[in-house]
Amino acid sequence: MNAPVDYLLHLADNALILGQRNAEWCGHGPILEEDIALSNNSLDLIGQARLLYQHAAEQMGKGATEDTLAYFRDVPDFRNYTLCELPHMPLMAATSAGDRDFATTIVRNFLYSSLMVLVWDQLQNSKDAQLAAIAAKSLKEVRYHLRHSRDWLVRLGDGSEVSHAKAQAALDQLLPYTQEFWTTSPQESAALANGTGIDMAALQNDWNQIVSEALQEATLQRPAAGGFVPTGKQGIHSEHLGFVLAEMQSLARQHPGAIW
Amino acid sequence: MSTAALKEWPLWEVFVRSKQGLEHKHCGSLHASDAQHALQMARDVYTRRQEGVSIWVVPSNTISASEPNDKGEFFEPASDKVYRHPTFYEIPEEVGHM
Repeated sequence: MNAPVDYLLHLADNALILGQRNAEWCGHGPILEEDIALSNNSLDLIGQARLLYQHAAEQMGKGATEDTLAYFRDVPDFRNYTLCELPHMPLMAATSAGDRDFATTIVRNFLYSSLMVLVWDQLQNSKDAQLAAIAAKSLKEVRYHLRHSRDWLVRLGDGSEVSHAKAQAALDQLLPYTQEFWTTSPQESAALANGTGIDMAALQNDWNQIVSEALQEATLQRPAAGGFVPTGKQGIHSEHLGFVLAEMQSLARQHPGAIW
Repeated sequence: MSTAALKEWPLWEVFVRSKQGLEHKHCGSLHASDAQHALQMARDVYTRRQEGVSIWVVPSNTISASEPNDKGEFFEPASDKVYRHPTFYEIPEEVGHM
């Protein structure tokens, strides 16, 4: 039994786009050790994406490979959560330049890792044996990502006035985007129906508990999640994804088939 | 990191055990705000190529070290005491490599 291709792409795109975002810290980390930590995190995510793309490509045939899926699809083809594509800074026009904000990075990694420890844990029981194996591998990685981001969340939130304010601002900005976790997309319904996917709504209580406990420890206020519900996993993205893809795909598109 | 922060974060010595049964070996040092922080940073910096199965971190200021100036009285007297090396014994072949 194979998981639906669009479902695999949803999982893969989340990992690739967040991996690409975290890689933006490479060479720019606040300290050397954090620079390496975020690069490690990024490479874990890109590794997960590769396995999922390879699995999807096998089913798609017609010359599809992990590279064609990562580098030769456009914005509407990507199925990642909008949360994963946002820049590491308070939101502004996609063409604006700004300094990377470490608190935004940490809050995003925390919100995503808190979800993925639950998702990968459940997907270990997927009827798609290859997806179950990928889940078992990814679970160990994302448990560390959660530990790392949660640790920093508490340090920032329960730190100085400045670090608290930055962490709270990042949380206020990003938490509403997590509403997308709980909406249903066609690929998730299809995966759930054939036993290869999971019921996301059933994870919501556990996720809320992980988040609430950490926020309490970090002395941060949980903002109300309301208003706009993003639709990234259905291919309708923010203006930021195009810029991520432009940077990520330009080399492969200028030199198609290049290897080293 | 600003130099101010480097001064605020104490220095830690990192020891990594490469596999079960072997000793922890000193592999470097880093600045961190507390022990948990130091452990996680050591994990990311010193074990990313499968170098370890266990990490110790120790506050550098808790280590007492010998003085370079003491080299004469500390170490040099041992240089002419060759009889302290067990090289004058004949080792039976069955013992193998020691």
